[in-house]
Amino acid sequence: MMTLGQVKTELKEYDGEPIKIMEVCGTHTSSIFKNGIRSLISPKIQLISGPGCPVCVTASAYIDKLIDYSLMENHCVLTFGDMMKVKGNKLCLTQASAVGGNVKILYSPLDAVKIALENSQTQYVFAAVGFETTTPIYAVLIEEMKKNKIKNLKLLTSLKTIIPAVSYICENEEKIDAFLAPGHVCVIIGYSDFNELAIKYHKPFVVAGFEGEHILAAIYEIVHQIKNKQSNVKNMYVNAVSEEGNIKALAMMDKYFEKADDYWRGIGIIKNSALRIRPEFAEFDAGSTFEEYKESPPKGCRCRDVILGRINPNECPLFSIKCTPLNAIGPCMVSTEGVCGIWFKNREA
Amino acid sequence: MKIDISYGSGGKQTSNLINDIFIKNFDNEVLNKLEDAAVLDMSGKIAFTTDSFVVTPMFFNGGNIGKLAVCGTVNDLSMMGAMPKYLTTGFIIEEGADSETIDKIAYAMKLAAAEANIKIVAGDTKVIEGNGNVYINTAGIGTIMKEGISIHNCQKGDAILLSGNLGEHHAAIMSKRMGIENNIMSDCAPLSLLVKDLIDNDIDVHCMRDVTRGGLATVLNEVAESSVCRVEIIEDSLPVSDEVKGFCNILGLDPLYMANEGKLIAVVPQSQAKKALEVMKNNKYGTNAQIIGSIVCGKGVNMITTLKGNRIVDILYGEGLPRIC
Repeated sequence: MMTLGQVKTELKEYDGEPIKIMEVCGTHTSSIFKNGIRSLISPKIQLISGPGCPVCVTASAYIDKLIDYSLMENHCVLTFGDMMKVKGNKLCLTQASAVGGNVKILYSPLDAVKIALENSQTQYVFAAVGFETTTPIYAVLIEEMKKNKIKNLKLLTSLKTIIPAVSYICENEEKIDAFLAPGHVCVIIGYSDFNELAIKYHKPFVVAGFEGEHILAAIYEIVHQIKNKQSNVKNMYVNAVSEEGNIKALAMMDKYFEKADDYWRGIGIIKNSALRIRPEFAEFDAGSTFEEYKESPPKGCRCRDVILGRINPNECPLFSIKCTPLNAIGPCMVSTEGVCGIWFKNREA
Repeated sequence: MKIDISYGSGGKQTSNLINDIFIKNFDNEVLNKLEDAAVLDMSGKIAFTTDSFVVTPMFFNGGNIGKLAVCGTVNDLSMMGAMPKYLTTGFIIEEGADSETIDKIAYAMKLAAAEANIKIVAGDTKVIEGNGNVYINTAGIGTIMKEGISIHNCQKGDAILLSGNLGEHHAAIMSKRMGIENNIMSDCAPLSLLVKDLIDNDIDVHCMRDVTRGGLATVLNEVAESSVCRVEIIEDSLPVSDEVKGFCNILGLDPLYMANEGKLIAVVPQSQAKKALEVMKNNKYGTNAQIIGSIVCGKGVNMITTLKGNRIVDILYGEGLPRIC
């Protein structure tokens, strides 16, 4: 058994081949900064961030749709705070709100039921955005809407799944040596789906918790595997993650949602990467149909390269000069979980 | 009784509102004269400040908007080394507000003013259209006890003390907004006597700041910028209650960026750090005080993490909203 001190020493003194590790989840990115992990490991171990912020990869056309709803008579868009400042093709929800759009920030999806029941004359559209971590609660929301026979609330979904995105990155980006698998998503989906990727692409996948020690231990495991030419899936978040995941939550998701192709901002179409409301529950769907969104990134914005792990945010020419959290040009700068936003907040003074 | 627009007319109903709520609660010889302005005895250097309060919800665990309105201004005066003496207050009341609610707010102001040993000597009331919300402005004046305390005055080598746990006001407000039941209480409190204790004990305070909106991270960055220095803090020394830690973990919040309403940082010579800590700990609003770091050469704010890594701590950008994943 290694002590934390030994792990830290080995990682700090690592002098082998350069290793590039992608952390998929925004909470990991945040924790890496909060714990000063980069200052504790050898510069030969590079940590790069992946597509793990649902706000960042939501299509601008989706935001446009929300804005259209907010401006329609007797309509109100319900959303989490993160979405307010993400730009559509012209406006963001904050700006729509300033020109008369009706937008309300919620803290819990289930509050939507209460609001819809209390205001039966208003048609509500819930901006259901997220990965598998939030999707089960949307399934519960639909269940509640059914039970309460709610007619004036629908979901506009942009729900994505992480395995197809990681698979896309493995297929297209050769330079990433290993992955820190997303702890929160794995609580729901388990870790068995990573086995296929580990075998196919010969890369280690390590499921990690979010404390600094967890992340150091996971990095150590990855370095150890790479040194020994292994490519295994290893679950190091054993208190929360099982191989098969949360069976009940998965069943709830499966009851109301089905797989579909989806557009990822900055990446493009990824096959089978969306969860859409099943046709038999279409009455709860505000029109989340698949469309081939055509959008070009803002001039100079390199969010695509950031999300795909090709560059770090500070390599983008707009980073911290034109693009800041107060004036976000690319989507990755908007959310507290967005890669550029996290890097900006933690940039060297 | 519901307040309607007639209570803002300046006539009989306005007079009733003033007498039944404000005079009753704030009761003192200057205010009770109901002159156009308060006439006050002051001598020496004074500090003078104002602040407005628009918090939602108006009532929360550990206080209400009235207590905040008094403590906020008292604390701003105190941070300049002043002993607060007099406050004025302006109430902007939306139609539909309940007079009992306003009375509760005024009562909280009375208690906070009594604790801080200040008088509310002038006031104003306006009624506007709306949904029953109440907004309060307070302005305050105090006499300087110790000159030279300034955000520009930190010296290399100085120690930084924090008077207690982080994040409690923010967490109490968020809990109320989100309907989460817990025991987290706002730390809202007047810090004037804590400051007086430091000065009476001859602590040569170089700089003081109350740690309000934007949290400790923002305040320390302001210190670093204004005093042209680098602030170095130790993560393990930062006091945060287990309940607030748990709350933050669930919502993805960071105590460094959360608002407080009864906490201050004091920057003092390293040689007086232990004595200052002892003085703070002997005051009821400083029992969890800690020496959290020091002033060094350079710029910005750096934190030595629990794992002994380095973390750059920037100011707060935008609002600390709960994440969605």
